[in-house]
Amino acid sequence: MVQKLGTLTETASQTGGPYVHIGCIPTFAGLPGVYPEDLGLSPIADGAKGEVITITGSIYDGTGWAMRDAMFESWQADGAGRYPGQPGADPAVNGFCRFAADKDSGEFTLRTVKPGAVMGHDGRMMAPHISVWIVARGINIGLHSRIYFEDEDNSADPLLARIEQRPRVDTLIAKRIAAGQYRFDIRLQGPGETVFLDI
Amino acid sequence: MTDTGRLIPRRRDMHPVPYDPEYKTSLTRSPNLPLLSLESTPSEETGPRFGHGLIGALDNNLILNFSKGAAPAIGERIRLHGRVLDENARPVPHTLVEVWQANAGGRYRHVKDTYFAPLDPNFGGCGRTLTDENGYYEFLTIRPGAYPWPNRGNDWRPMHIHVSVFGHSFGQRLITQAYFEGDPLIARCPIAATVKDRGQLDQLVAPLDMGASRPMDYLAYRFDIVLRGRRQTMFENKPEGM
Repeated sequence: MVQKLGTLTETASQTGGPYVHIGCIPTFAGLPGVYPEDLGLSPIADGAKGEVITITGSIYDGTGWAMRDAMFESWQADGAGRYPGQPGADPAVNGFCRFAADKDSGEFTLRTVKPGAVMGHDGRMMAPHISVWIVARGINIGLHSRIYFEDEDNSADPLLARIEQRPRVDTLIAKRIAAGQYRFDIRLQGPGETVFLDI
Repeated sequence: MTDTGRLIPRRRDMHPVPYDPEYKTSLTRSPNLPLLSLESTPSEETGPRFGHGLIGALDNNLILNFSKGAAPAIGERIRLHGRVLDENARPVPHTLVEVWQANAGGRYRHVKDTYFAPLDPNFGGCGRTLTDENGYYEFLTIRPGAYPWPNRGNDWRPMHIHVSVFGHSFGQRLITQAYFEGDPLIARCPIAATVKDRGQLDQLVAPLDMGASRPMDYLAYRFDIVLRGRRQTMFENKPEGM
């Protein structure tokens, strides 16, 4: 016998199911009135410093179908690379957003400020990125990924550098389609499968 | 010693398998390629915080929050309560817990749910609360009904409440489901069965808690939730190998 560690095991995940929206964004899901408004409507308030951008995309299952029932959460630093709560962080950036695909078009849109680069623990800078977390029916444990930007210097980013198959890096990079507008598609499996993170 | 180190890596074998042939939708929605495993960074160690100003007086009372207190929902009155802890067995205070569920007949208030059990005009099906300084939370609700769902020929979901928890780090984000002690449908459910570790599945089943129930009012079920912890060390901010 040895000493007991006294540690616990993380509770097992379960799928968010087909009705995750009524729990997390009920007004969007047609269940208004329980809360004044849905949580995470916008990651920024008026006056947020930095370039306001929109990111549009779809999430595709293994058959190529643009899913309508996923829910996304995003978390990001402010325009100067500071996370909410850190000294000097922009008070107009709360950093958190919840969004979902439109039921007709299958497209989601995230409107936010472009985050600044963030310093890692080892002092190396991480290129500007937005963290995303995806849940849906059929996803048994939420999927973490990141959105980087085509028009930023991603060459020294420590996470992207860890991707062995270099063409897969592109799956994490939003394409610039116009000034302030980006496209970011997510593929859960098959050709062009997005890099998902165990982080 | 601090608990502000890196997040403890997830033990994926303690979680459901992403791809499970008995749960058909998982087949086209699970990554085929390996996840990229990395130590956490500030992007995962920070996370959104929500204040008490967010929470309305009836937000954790699903019996009354849809009718704004005008009339109670139909069903077996229950209290679902417990603590949110981390892997280091420390309470997670002031964190947001959200729940959603079917009504007593097994019907969700969602446009896509066409099951012929009727909607309850006084039941919405969502609630939220913040844990207190000891990581404790509670909801008053009705016990959700079991319901059939399209998967194999005759699959039924056991009675369950969906639970979403934030913690203090984006990397702790967790959605799970609370089942109820004694429900024979748990052992037949392909979604519950995506959790292959028996002990971990048992931890998703809330026991009847008579000591926390209220005579002539409600039964109580206890559901504790464990989130990822952070490494505790005085060495954390020194370069590796030093």
